[in-house]
Amino acid sequence: MSTRLSCGGRLIDRRAPRDFSFNGKKMRGFLGDTLASALLANDQMLVGRSFKYHRPRGIVAAGPEEPNALVGLGVGSRFEPNQRVTTTELFQGLTATSQNHWPSLEYDVGVVNNYAARFLPGGFYYKTFIHPRFAWKHVFEPIIRRSAGLGKAPIDRDADRYEQAYDFADVLVIGGGVAGLQAALVAGRSGARVLVLEQTAHWGGRAPVDEAEIGGLTADEWIRNAVEALEGMQNVTLRLRTMGAGVYDHGYVLAEERIADHTPADGRPRKRLWRIRAAKVIAAQGAIERPLSFAGNDVPGVMLAGSVRDFVVNHAVAPGDRTVVVTNNDDAYRTAILLVEAGLSVPVVLDARAAADGELPRRARAMGIRVETGRGIASVKGGKRVTGVAVCAQAGQGAVLETIACDSVAMSGGWSPIVHLWSHCGGKLIWDEVNAHFRPDPDRPPTGQDGQGIVVTAGSASGALTTDAVLRDATNAAGGTDAPEAAVPQEAPVAAIWVMPQGAGPELRAKMWLDYQNDVKVSDVQLAAREGYTSVEHTKRYTTLGMATDQGKLSNINGLAVLSQALSIDIPQVGTTTFRPPYTPVTLGALAGEARDDIFQPLRRTPMHEWHEAHDVEWEPVGLWRRPYCYRRPGETSHQAVMREVSNTRTNVGLLDASTLGKIIVKGPDAGKFLDMLYTGMMSTLPVGKCRYGLMCNEQGFLSDDGVVARIDEETWLCHTTSGGADRIHAWMEDWLQCEWWDWQVFTANVTEQYAQVAVVGPNARKLLEKLGGMDVSKETLPFMQWQDGTLGGFRARVYRISFSGELSYEIAVPANEGRAFWDACVAVGAELGAMPYGTECLHVMRAEKGFIMIGDETDGTVIPQDLNLGWAISKKKADYLGKRGQERAFLASPDRWKLVGLETLDGSVLEDGAYAPAEGLNANGQRNTQGRVTSTYFSPTLGRGIAMGLVLRGPDRMGEVVEFTKLDGSLAKAKIVDQVFYDKEGAKQDV
Amino acid sequence: MLILECPHCGIRAEETELAPGGEAHLKRFGPGSSDQEFEDYMFARKNPKGVHFERWRHAYGCGKWFIAARCTATLEVFGTYPAQTAAPPQHIIDAVKTRRPGWEGYK
Repeated sequence: MSTRLSCGGRLIDRRAPRDFSFNGKKMRGFLGDTLASALLANDQMLVGRSFKYHRPRGIVAAGPEEPNALVGLGVGSRFEPNQRVTTTELFQGLTATSQNHWPSLEYDVGVVNNYAARFLPGGFYYKTFIHPRFAWKHVFEPIIRRSAGLGKAPIDRDADRYEQAYDFADVLVIGGGVAGLQAALVAGRSGARVLVLEQTAHWGGRAPVDEAEIGGLTADEWIRNAVEALEGMQNVTLRLRTMGAGVYDHGYVLAEERIADHTPADGRPRKRLWRIRAAKVIAAQGAIERPLSFAGNDVPGVMLAGSVRDFVVNHAVAPGDRTVVVTNNDDAYRTAILLVEAGLSVPVVLDARAAADGELPRRARAMGIRVETGRGIASVKGGKRVTGVAVCAQAGQGAVLETIACDSVAMSGGWSPIVHLWSHCGGKLIWDEVNAHFRPDPDRPPTGQDGQGIVVTAGSASGALTTDAVLRDATNAAGGTDAPEAAVPQEAPVAAIWVMPQGAGPELRAKMWLDYQNDVKVSDVQLAAREGYTSVEHTKRYTTLGMATDQGKLSNINGLAVLSQALSIDIPQVGTTTFRPPYTPVTLGALAGEARDDIFQPLRRTPMHEWHEAHDVEWEPVGLWRRPYCYRRPGETSHQAVMREVSNTRTNVGLLDASTLGKIIVKGPDAGKFLDMLYTGMMSTLPVGKCRYGLMCNEQGFLSDDGVVARIDEETWLCHTTSGGADRIHAWMEDWLQCEWWDWQVFTANVTEQYAQVAVVGPNARKLLEKLGGMDVSKETLPFMQWQDGTLGGFRARVYRISFSGELSYEIAVPANEGRAFWDACVAVGAELGAMPYGTECLHVMRAEKGFIMIGDETDGTVIPQDLNLGWAISKKKADYLGKRGQERAFLASPDRWKLVGLETLDGSVLEDGAYAPAEGLNANGQRNTQGRVTSTYFSPTLGRGIAMGLVLRGPDRMGEVVEFTKLDGSLAKAKIVDQVFYDKEGAKQDV
Repeated sequence: MLILECPHCGIRAEETELAPGGEAHLKRFGPGSSDQEFEDYMFARKNPKGVHFERWRHAYGCGKWFIAARCTATLEVFGTYPAQTAAPPQHIIDAVKTRRPGWEGYK
């Protein structure tokens, strides 16, 4: 059984017990425990079920590489699935639940998949679920979704908050082990601005566990001194619990700090995402031990040898009483020695190498530990817990020589440098034959602006595997020369052992796990190779090797080694898959940071925003603006409110907050010439004081924006754009002025927010303005499509006589800071004229009744003005305008276009928005052909029936024809093609 | 995230301050051009792995357009210059040639 030792544990405080629960069972650990060490101290080796076969799984590792021990942490609004117990700090009241089993962890029905494993090989999904096609969606997927997968997504809203912060460094050291600390010391002494990040809650990494001696001090002493020295440097910042997640272009680094993970609900943000700019990144993340591939290497109780040491030294937890050590290197002997020194039993060290004569094996033998060379594990005995191992010759096929009882197995397949941060931005790797691992190639680093490397690695992240080499490498990485000395035992080289035993048959290979989390075995990778998968990237996706949340930290090297053997090519030729950020999973909350709820994005308010809010407004988002959709009176539905607003505006007068309308000043000697290029129509000839409707197209000829242009003076035009289009159109203007016609003398200014604009619309509109008083707004003085400056009710006003409703209409612009007061004045004097505010939906209904198009409804980026019968707004005289050449393309000039028409249902009903008109026959994809679609559709209170506009094949040539449109219930609606103008076709009402 | 120096205001701007504008030094083809010329102008882009000239706008800064000469493979930036030019200035071409002797030119 796994248990807490009576003494030791450098990170735990035995005077500070911490109660927690696992699957409802009360347990106790200590301050300084990880959830992993606390579970092991309570003999909870079984912590989860595997993804595909639902095999019992236990803790394998002691760090972020842990593939198995993922749990659901917390409850309710603080629940988080898939949390690694090895990186979770224990706190009082912690609640953890295991995942991926039903009905319970001990008895899981899904384990039948384990017995059916031979029917679920690599690529199983692709092979099995192709036919019949409908079955995937309705049969296979629901079942697989239930049985596979890891933790469940939280249901409640996240109660925690997250924040983001920026930092800058000359030297950013990622990893706070002895390599990182030594590099930071060297960089710090040089005066550079240094930032050091360590993912765990303590400095020093694994050196104390391996009893390193540095400069005559114990590792703990050296670390304490180093941290003290660094804390004394003004130019150095140290951050614990901060994981360097990714290195991006030009030295941009993301790091996630765990602030309140271990102190939930204490008021602090749970996590902080650091966005760091570093001139130089020193990646000192260390190395990860590889498992060995033997049958049953996933049985709970089989752990990495180094991790066993971590638990014993750091937390005084022993994974078992009798531990068999199996290895291909000298390092694992440290585990055997440590366990025996702790009073535990090591029945045997199985060393796959032919000989083991290094200093550590000699020391182990001298302690009386039995060492068997040339031996391996044929299979591990036990189901939910190791009960023993069958020993075989490594060179053979797995014939059992002996069975040894044990309750845990410590395995070591060698160490792989953590090359993630080096690789994220393009750093290349080389295969190190001696140490049997990929390590960074210092000659091919990721590069920055100046073409020089932006990342260097330090310590075991470079492939330096002994303390003295680590310190030398870290010193060099930071540009120093004087590395402290470290006494290290001589270690013999690792042997490249990828399968144990070497000649294992299919039976054994199907029980050798490579990727624990995604249940990928040696046999799966070999099958992929036989089926023709030669690229490691393809094999990864076919077998899902390395695609789980641990991103193959344990499995990648073993997997590609197996692939290389199966393909009979060298490992460097197989290569690695791509390392992508983040290094370990980052919480979505941290990536979102403060950008949630009301500050998810900025909110643009017009000067009248508060008035709307106080008057039962229903909001509609328009870009970043909120515009009133309608104003609901007590007892009204939204639809009823809109109908009332339309009727009132058409019979009395309505008030619309039009402040969001884009307003761009274009000014200069060449402004007219510029606008003639920008608009399809002629703007240079527009007389001062007049307004003209204009269309803008992109270079492909497709309609992009529309609005009324007013000539202010000889050199100045004011261009109105759509509400959502102001910034885009202003940028579009600047693009052409700066990059194409930079010798033209034109200035542009986006003055959208400088003016509040009110549309006063309806038969009583003139009366309302006259009541405000101050300027002559008669037809004679201010005719339709003209504008004038003046005062209205004491406000400085620019009054445009333009109409988007078909009614007598004035749009009045006043300085933004007077907008609210002006609106109030309009409401006050309008009361006895029946004035009511109206919203965007009323605006839409009225413009549709008039057959006016709306950008985004009638246009979708594939529509040219000619499709919308807007040829009258295109100048025939101009040699060029943006989009002219595009519109000359044959397929746009063809008469066989979908063109705008009005649509009148035969029964008066309202067509469905976006409904298609089916046509005869099928297209190349076997879909029904179509001949048109609805672009705008409303109930018109003015006409008492449904009206619509739509784009229909050769529509204007088919007036009077009845066309059918789809409905969601599957039936069809009949509609007659009519003129698009339903109301006041002559335009008499607006020009009075 | 790239850092590019805005040649107008001199600020070393981070990518989040900038808006991308695609390949630089395109020649506009309007009315009277052939279908092939128009297609090339509209759609044909080099997308090289290596030296590339790109339009960027200092959108959240001075608002000015500029052109960056950079390597799409190594992210090295050879220089930036105002967009008011039909071809890269000589000092930029020299900078590229210094770092990429085999470079065949921007056309």
